[in-house]
Amino acid sequence: MADPIRWARYRWQRLISAEGRESSSSNSSSKCHQSSKTTGKHRIVIPCLGHFKEEYEKVSKLYMNNKIRTTKYTLLNFLPRNLFEQFHRVANLYFLFLVVLNWVPLVEAFQKEITMLPLVGVLTIIAVKDGLEDYSRYKMDKQINNLLTKVYSRKEKKYIDECWKNVNVGDFVRLSRNEIIPADMVLLYSSDLDGICYIETAGLDGETNLKQRQVVKGYAEQVSEIDPEEFSSRIECESPNNNLSRFRGFVEHSNKDRVALSKENLLLRGCTVRNTEAVVGIVVYAGHETKAMLNNNGPHYKRSKLERKVNTDILWCVLLLILMCLTGAIGHGIWLTRYSEIPFINIPKPDGKSVPPVLAGFYMFWTMIILLQVLIPVSLYVSIEIVKLGQIYLIQNDIDFYHEKTDSTIQCRALNIAEDLGQIQYIFSDKTGTLTENKMVFRRCSIAGQEYCHEENAKRLESYQDMDSEHEDSVDCQCGSSTHMSKWQRHSCRAVCEPLNRKSLNQLSGSYPAFIRENGAGGGPHSGHMAFSSPIETDVIPDTQLLEKFSQISFHSYQQSEEASSKLTLETMYITDFFLALAICNTVVVSVPHQPRQKMRLSSLGRMPIKSLEDIRQMFQRLSVRRLSSSPLPSVKESSSESPNSFVRKLSIFRMKLASPALDGAAQRAGEPHNTDSPENSQVPQELDMVNGAGCEPNSAVSSIELSPLPKLCYEAESPDEAALVHAARAYKCVLQSRTPDQVTVDFAGLGSLTFQLLHILPFDSLRKRMSVVVRHPISNKVVVYTKGADSVMMDLLRTASEACTNNSEIEEKIKERTQQHLDDYARRGLRTLCIAKKVMSDAEYAEWLNHHFLAETSIDNREKLLLESATRLETELTLLGATGIEDRLQEGVPDTIQALRKAGIKIWMLTGDKRETAVNIAYACKLLEPDDRIFSLKSQSRDVCALVMSKILEDIQKNASAKKKPSQKLGNVFTSPSTQTPGFSAGLVIDGRTLEHVLHDSLQSIFLELTEKCRAVVCCQATPLQKSVLVKLVRSKLKAVTLAVGDGANDVSMIQVADTGVGISGQEGMQAVMASDFAISQFRHLRKLLLVHGHWCYTRLANMVLYYFYKNVTYVNLLFWYQFFCGFSGTSMTDYWILILFNLLFTSVPPIIYGVLDKDVSAEILMQLPQLYMMSQKSVAYVPSTLWITLLDAFYQSLVCFFVPYFTYYDSDIDILSFGNPINTAALFTILFHLLIECKSVTWIHTVVIVGSILFYFIFTLAFGATCKTHNPRSNSYWIMEKHITDPVFYLVFLLTTCVALLPRYFLRVLQGTLFPSPLLRAKHLDRLTLEGQTEAIKRWKDECDVNDRGESQATSVSFSSAAGAVSEEETIDSVLPTSKTPFQACSRDGLVEDTSSLLDIQDDSGSTNDLNSKKTEFLNLSKETNTDTFGGINSCAKVSACASEVGSSAVSPADKAGLNSLLCEEDALVCFTKLEC
Amino acid sequence: MAVNYSAKEEADGHPSGGVGVPGGGAVGSGGGGGAVKTRKPDNTAFKQQRLPAWQPILTAGTVLPAFFIIGLIFIPIGIGIFVTSNNIREYEIDYTGTEPSSPCNKCLNVSWDSTPPCTCTINFTLEHSFESNVFMYYGLSNFYQNHRRYVKSRDDSQLNGDNSSLLNPSKECEPYRTNEDKPIAPCGAIANSMFNDTLELYRIDNDTRTPITLIKKGIAWWTDKNVKFRNPTGDGNNLTALFQGTTKPVNWPKPVYMLDSEPDNNGFINEDFIVWMRTAALPTFRKLYRLIERKNNLQPTLQAGNYSLDIAYNYPVHSFDGRKRMILSTISWMGGKNPFLGIAYITVGSICFFLGVVLLIIHHKYGNRNTSADIPN
Repeated sequence: MADPIRWARYRWQRLISAEGRESSSSNSSSKCHQSSKTTGKHRIVIPCLGHFKEEYEKVSKLYMNNKIRTTKYTLLNFLPRNLFEQFHRVANLYFLFLVVLNWVPLVEAFQKEITMLPLVGVLTIIAVKDGLEDYSRYKMDKQINNLLTKVYSRKEKKYIDECWKNVNVGDFVRLSRNEIIPADMVLLYSSDLDGICYIETAGLDGETNLKQRQVVKGYAEQVSEIDPEEFSSRIECESPNNNLSRFRGFVEHSNKDRVALSKENLLLRGCTVRNTEAVVGIVVYAGHETKAMLNNNGPHYKRSKLERKVNTDILWCVLLLILMCLTGAIGHGIWLTRYSEIPFINIPKPDGKSVPPVLAGFYMFWTMIILLQVLIPVSLYVSIEIVKLGQIYLIQNDIDFYHEKTDSTIQCRALNIAEDLGQIQYIFSDKTGTLTENKMVFRRCSIAGQEYCHEENAKRLESYQDMDSEHEDSVDCQCGSSTHMSKWQRHSCRAVCEPLNRKSLNQLSGSYPAFIRENGAGGGPHSGHMAFSSPIETDVIPDTQLLEKFSQISFHSYQQSEEASSKLTLETMYITDFFLALAICNTVVVSVPHQPRQKMRLSSLGRMPIKSLEDIRQMFQRLSVRRLSSSPLPSVKESSSESPNSFVRKLSIFRMKLASPALDGAAQRAGEPHNTDSPENSQVPQELDMVNGAGCEPNSAVSSIELSPLPKLCYEAESPDEAALVHAARAYKCVLQSRTPDQVTVDFAGLGSLTFQLLHILPFDSLRKRMSVVVRHPISNKVVVYTKGADSVMMDLLRTASEACTNNSEIEEKIKERTQQHLDDYARRGLRTLCIAKKVMSDAEYAEWLNHHFLAETSIDNREKLLLESATRLETELTLLGATGIEDRLQEGVPDTIQALRKAGIKIWMLTGDKRETAVNIAYACKLLEPDDRIFSLKSQSRDVCALVMSKILEDIQKNASAKKKPSQKLGNVFTSPSTQTPGFSAGLVIDGRTLEHVLHDSLQSIFLELTEKCRAVVCCQATPLQKSVLVKLVRSKLKAVTLAVGDGANDVSMIQVADTGVGISGQEGMQAVMASDFAISQFRHLRKLLLVHGHWCYTRLANMVLYYFYKNVTYVNLLFWYQFFCGFSGTSMTDYWILILFNLLFTSVPPIIYGVLDKDVSAEILMQLPQLYMMSQKSVAYVPSTLWITLLDAFYQSLVCFFVPYFTYYDSDIDILSFGNPINTAALFTILFHLLIECKSVTWIHTVVIVGSILFYFIFTLAFGATCKTHNPRSNSYWIMEKHITDPVFYLVFLLTTCVALLPRYFLRVLQGTLFPSPLLRAKHLDRLTLEGQTEAIKRWKDECDVNDRGESQATSVSFSSAAGAVSEEETIDSVLPTSKTPFQACSRDGLVEDTSSLLDIQDDSGSTNDLNSKKTEFLNLSKETNTDTFGGINSCAKVSACASEVGSSAVSPADKAGLNSLLCEEDALVCFTKLEC
Repeated sequence: MAVNYSAKEEADGHPSGGVGVPGGGAVGSGGGGGAVKTRKPDNTAFKQQRLPAWQPILTAGTVLPAFFIIGLIFIPIGIGIFVTSNNIREYEIDYTGTEPSSPCNKCLNVSWDSTPPCTCTINFTLEHSFESNVFMYYGLSNFYQNHRRYVKSRDDSQLNGDNSSLLNPSKECEPYRTNEDKPIAPCGAIANSMFNDTLELYRIDNDTRTPITLIKKGIAWWTDKNVKFRNPTGDGNNLTALFQGTTKPVNWPKPVYMLDSEPDNNGFINEDFIVWMRTAALPTFRKLYRLIERKNNLQPTLQAGNYSLDIAYNYPVHSFDGRKRMILSTISWMGGKNPFLGIAYITVGSICFFLGVVLLIIHHKYGNRNTSADIPN
């Protein structure tokens, strides 16, 4: 309050700046940050026990206890603080300023009390709201603080009940099943034998699936519960931070041994312990320092583009106000100077003197500001908020956003940027899970260079596809082609799992994973983010050929193959290893649907043919393993979404059991008593009862599973890819049976059950793009590394010929080459590819590596980097086994949506981490790229070359664009319709992550952006999350474009947060994206309606309402201003102050709000069908800068009319001030309301009610006021004025005339506009009028119009290219002698690569004409060497051109296969330029 | 739901539903048949924004009738008003006396309380007789009665007869609140500057001056006279006693209770005073001074002929270039003479009619293509 001006300026800046963030949002957290800083870099946690006591006293004082206070106010500071915060708002400050001003006697314009009215009203309402909110927070805090938990007490030597608020850092807390964790603690004991604890993190991230947490190494082996008294270690960990997915630290035992701590050891506050009987942990962070609290930042605020514009326009209003006040001040001064002596009408000061004119003018300036205060539409802010709420309400209630399968609808998480949806210019889309379903289906594989294309499986998928599209919305679908078993299950699970899901998920999620997972195929918001596997994914029909080879595998032959290396056995070995890798190299958690355990044992025992002692041992071991795996919580799915980079690390289990061979260990375990898990056994019937209670038929469900030939295993994978691979392996009877932290059991058809000792897992991360498992092979007893990963990285890690000294190297080389071909082929088909490789290590090698790795693990500061290095050391010299192709199907309606959005003039960028080929093909499949687009591919290694290439492409595009322009003009098509505003010439740009790095450098940004502006679609492949967000930021800041980012996974979060509008897709990858987003939808196709319809509506509504508000205020205020010319600029108002103030607050506030919420310029159907209309809102047609001035001009005109018609009517009559003001005011009311009616595009009964209500309310109020106020308001006594007027015909005549004259110009211009220059919107509105048939016809015609337009341009393209074709026709004939297949082509370009190491560009010049759409003839025209050198040689002398064979000839190319053509272009760093012409 | 996050949710405006906690109840499976509760939005016209709406499309064809109708309504109204206004007889004399030839020139620099008052007589001739009741106004020009601080310089409570306000007037009246430590009644600048010329009208018929009866009651609003303005209450009806302890406004020659001899037109409820207190909206204004009632149906109220106006000239307007006028006017249902409204109506009606014709042409030339929603190129 000390420096209000600076404060005000600061607030204005905040209001205007885009990043305006409510300061109140991070109050609590900022406090914590401060306190955490004081504690230094690391924190030391020591138990308050024994010899630590003294140190404990010292240290723990620094740390917060577990009491939380999220309230903003206390009882004492509520009033001052609330007022303080409220006056952070400019609007309130403005009011306050006016109030204060009004207390200056020389200035006062109104009665002091009246000016305070709006301010006091607003302040009270908001204070009450804040107070109530805070009170409920207080109650909640109190409730939380008083929750009870078991804390170890030193005095009583046992765990006693203690309130949460009394928990301190260093305390031991013991929790039981289903208890909420009171503070962040390190897990020291779990009743689970493996030292695992399961927690549900729904409170943190909304994911209801369970996460595993591990007891700190060294404590897991303890059989008995940890005794706090004996705990003598100290824990050192990082200072509190809000990173949920990171926790670093170590435990230092009394003997100075250090054990690393990771986030696997941390139990987070707010999570719930599930399926674990008891856990004990030591508190490391408490209260506000817990990660959950630090993450609790409250909602984020974004400011929409429109709002920013409104702010600047308000500044114009301020300017206008100042101008008007200056006029008043100067006018008053002049008026005063006209009198030589003080006229008796000008009241002298008490001392008898009058103020000099200049001073009086100065005073008058301020008086005018008070008088004309309404010019600043402060109420606009309130109204905008209300309108936005209404719009959001309507969006949320749109039934079209409802997704039946998941029972989810749109969530609007940001309340104030709905209108930005109507202005989107760029969409940045993730691929996986956003455009695609993220349902991974195993399609093909290549093993040892031999491809297995799984025809039968493909057929099965076809049928699924049909079925999916047929029964998209029906509930009881998907019975058709699935196997009998899955049909059974589908029914039973519908009966069981839905109630489970909704009601008792918390209790049962662990017990009925199968059911829930099955249901999760629909992907509900709460179950959907669990790794589900619908039948389409699980049921893989094996390839017959491969199955045959598979049958040859036997234990015997396998052993043979180890020794001898005949061709056949080598292949078998490859196949075996391949499937073992599929089954093992993952982090899939296996679970068995709950059934009475005894039964399962019996059945499994019965089925197993006991052959030898070895088998019996294996069997025992399997049993023990199954017990473990299926005990407390079988269904564990690690969500991939906690951290973008290392989503798998959660499961990384570091075990140091080096010595004992797997079988021995297993046998030892098998010897242990089996019935330690009896509590679980007894639990089962109860749970079944509960299911019964839910009103279903559990028996059928359970029995269906028992009937199945194999015990139904459920795989919970972190990524759907993994699950798909495991299911594929399972189809070949290589069944992943169980997985525990230290061993994996696989039931291999020919070999029986194999148990691998799991030595190490190197989890997947986006940097390495691969994961590895280190196991001890049960048969060979060697250490084997299985690695799977993206081919781009894997191929470099393979053992090269020179390194391998065996005679296999030749074969390996050949396999590598052929696999690469297959991979390329897969990518061309849009499949996701993975390479599988293995490596055999000696024990010594492994031990050495492990030593290094252990060092890396225990370091605190540099751990990530060291771990990465360590992993790289392991994953070298691999042997390629094969590759897999997994299909990720497009979501329903994606191509249509993309096409519509493109027609709407939105540029769509696809940002994906996938490889180039996959990305390009998906882009084609979803119509992001079209066959006749020219595709430019950017792939460079250095920045300079990158720049050159980009400028070259630009030149090229411009040349084309200009070449095209001429003929199109000749055609005489002068289009004004918006559809033609899309550049008829369309180019696409493909860029990869490495090149992106260069391109994003400052020096290249501008040229890159220029390039992308010319391209209609941009595909960025292999992009990291960071690059994604940098790209979005770049486009947003440099191009000043409104951006929308849509994604579903954690890797999209940064992009979503950076974009103007973030849309999260509540898909399978957890809730992170949704939590970060502004809007959350369930399907990509919903984006279409969200943007085209709601975006358009929200924008036009709000823009029109804002303009109307400006109009309204200016009109009304100007009435007062004109009056100043007739009252000596003395600041008199001719209207009663009460009515003046209430006019804006009551009489004219509701109709614009209704208008802003409900107005509908074009119906939703038309907007959906004619995406071109979106450009109206995108280009801000409703609110271009000139509109404001036109509006203001109209406002001036209308106020002039409203004032001067009564003025001339009552000139030189005996009218008094307020009687004069009354018809003016009434006429203004009618004018303003009817003006709204003119602007309204659709008038519903709500509009009618509101407008009529406003008018009635005005009359009732003025009548009542006129009847009662005879004395209480000496300065504006409108006693009996309205009463007198309503009986006076002149009154009616005046306001009828005034209203008509005021509205006539606007009305007439609107009519002219509607008749002569109808905007596309208006024409679209006409379509609404037509009958259904006429409508479809008209829309068709409209579309044709656009198509003709396009065709006209593409014809032009063909013209320009036919010449090019002619130029190369000679070469064509020569080349056509050499019809080559794709393979030689690629080989050729590879040669080119070898030759030209410096050529770094790869351009595909895809342009086509659609002269004859029916013909599918494709010709590849290879531009001659000369052309190439002409084009590129000049600029880059070192860039050589590799001319490649071209395929000339005709081949039937189905639209789907067209995509295949593009793979031709994707060769490494070769300058390839060819043209595809479709004739 | 997580206890920690409650605050956030509230701020978000998204209670639970948002973060994937099972919000609804169970979906009834075949056996249960319970109420199905999903998140599916209601399919109502309002929520789906399908409310039946009138969608006015402003094209020449659709609005044509409106323009003609407006024209057809406005022109007759205008003519009616115009005729009515023209039928009103009005006569105006400026008696400020700024011109040397004017009989009142001698009084130009008169002060408020000159005794005896400066008097002057102006003779005038009415060309036409005034048939109905005649209203006699005084008009002032360049008199900013609507000045902000002038307007508020009054105490309505005092004028309403409130005894405490009588002796302790509102601060708004400053500097005309007290005089010589006595409260002024009525206080304030408005009352202080009350118009105090006296106008008398004589008919000169063959050199005989016949005074014309000027009625001074019934010139104020009924509500003002009976409700808003009241004399102070007290024992007895003696106004002098009731206004005891107050003093007259500075410029007034007589106290308020001596404004008129009739008790029901004296004090605060003196109608001249009430009329004055209703501050005029514009700097040029007139105020009703007297009524001249029509005696019988045979004779016009004021016959055409010579008249003389006797003025007791007290009110100084010369200092601020003000003008003083006397106006005689008959009135109609729409008040005094005012040609503006009639002309305006006729003009606007004609314009509408003209625009209608323009639109008709436009409609015939361009209108057709809109009906078929063709794209104009």
